[in-house]
Amino acid sequence: MTESDTGELHETPLADVHRALGARIVEFAGWLMPVQYRGIIEEHRAVRERAGLFDLSHMGELFVEGPQAANGLAAALVSDPRTLAVGRAHYSMICATDGGVIDDLIVYRLAEERFLVVANAGNSQAVSDALAERLAGSRAVLDDRALATALVAVQGPASAGILGPLTDVDLGRLRYYAIAEGAVAGIPALVARTGYTGEDGFEVFVEWDQARPIWDALAAAGETAGLMPVGLGARDTLRLEAGMPLYGNELDRTTNPYEAGLGRVVKLDKGVEFVGRAALEKAARDGVGRRLVGLVVRGRGIARHGYPVWAGDRRTGAVTSGAPSPTLGSPIAMAYVAPRDAEPGTILDVEIRDGRVPAEVVALPFYRRPA
Amino acid sequence: MVPPDLRYTKDHEWVRLDGDEATIGITAYAADQLGDIVFVELPDAGRTVEQFAAFGVVESVKAVSDLFAPVSGEVVEANGTLSAQPELVNQEPFGSGWMIRLRVSDTAQLDDLLDAAAYDALVAAG
Repeated sequence: MTESDTGELHETPLADVHRALGARIVEFAGWLMPVQYRGIIEEHRAVRERAGLFDLSHMGELFVEGPQAANGLAAALVSDPRTLAVGRAHYSMICATDGGVIDDLIVYRLAEERFLVVANAGNSQAVSDALAERLAGSRAVLDDRALATALVAVQGPASAGILGPLTDVDLGRLRYYAIAEGAVAGIPALVARTGYTGEDGFEVFVEWDQARPIWDALAAAGETAGLMPVGLGARDTLRLEAGMPLYGNELDRTTNPYEAGLGRVVKLDKGVEFVGRAALEKAARDGVGRRLVGLVVRGRGIARHGYPVWAGDRRTGAVTSGAPSPTLGSPIAMAYVAPRDAEPGTILDVEIRDGRVPAEVVALPFYRRPA
Repeated sequence: MVPPDLRYTKDHEWVRLDGDEATIGITAYAADQLGDIVFVELPDAGRTVEQFAAFGVVESVKAVSDLFAPVSGEVVEANGTLSAQPELVNQEPFGSGWMIRLRVSDTAQLDDLLDAAAYDALVAAG
């Protein structure tokens, strides 16, 4: 399972590598992880311009297989994995009966009756427990391999050129949100064209004890292309620019997918009962009391998590995530605001210490990679 | 290690005294701990600052940190270049990354601060 009862911190197999690279290590979701190596802005730019190498071994990998795997997941999640072709993936969520989000996930179909569900590190245990409960009594089998599976990602425009020569997977035929089984540097791996940066990139799943050889092979292969190790700090600024939610900020047990603008992920008409359906149908029908928006700060100051947001004299919400944007050059943020204030172009004010700084509502994402 | 002619606070500010005018900034250690500095908020000229009270804010990508005055005085000038180039604090924390200049009310307040050796020892102790 993912977290020890004593609350011990986990290390990935690459912990020594990060230390040797001089990484600043922080505690994150029960793991000691690199937040930065050379600097967040430099690492962020490396991913946008060339490629970055990420250790994501703290994430949870839950395999679901058997004759009722697809049906079981369709009943457990808000999406419909039955519609996934083999080798394809989609973004999903697992909700509670009241419609609150337990975690956001990527679901990959590896075979007709074999799926990989990837959960956030901090929710891996909760997702594992919920799936075990929801699949109980069916012929679907859950295999929680969170601590047995390492994950290394290469993200950025140079990614395919770096990974291609190392793998027998034909990257030219691996579409966005697809996954293939093969080898990387001779090591058995799942190669997925998914990521959390808004760039082209690949997530490579291997057995836990193969993390080091995979990392070393990718680092060596990427050297001439300017591949750089990238920590969780830049991972956060990259996903923010790409308009992607972070569980714990934009999503939590008190948010439903519709408030977060993720109603399209919920397949209300999939024709099978699923956990949270009644509550989510109600939310879809009645509308939501708040909406997630993007904000670009137009004055001087950085909007950050928790800062109040004002519409004139009326308090309308709060910032969920905020940071400087190396790509845009202005600070950006996501915030929940009243639906009447959610129209792109609306000028709101973010309360930053004693003052209020204007910020413009914009449609997400802030950044889209060049076609 | 750190410039020998300056004085230091336990919160990693430095001060250089020139007659009754003090130049103030943060040390290389502080800048390094913060990471990439992206925003600096400084008081306007004419504001009074009190020794060891907060006079502004320095922000990195991930964190917000108060700045504490090593000595009391009246702000003569804030470093306007940091508005467009906050990274100067990382690049030259003791030079072009300076933050404010004060007219010092009591130069004896420097005796309350750490000298270079004491500051180096503080940093070495972690």
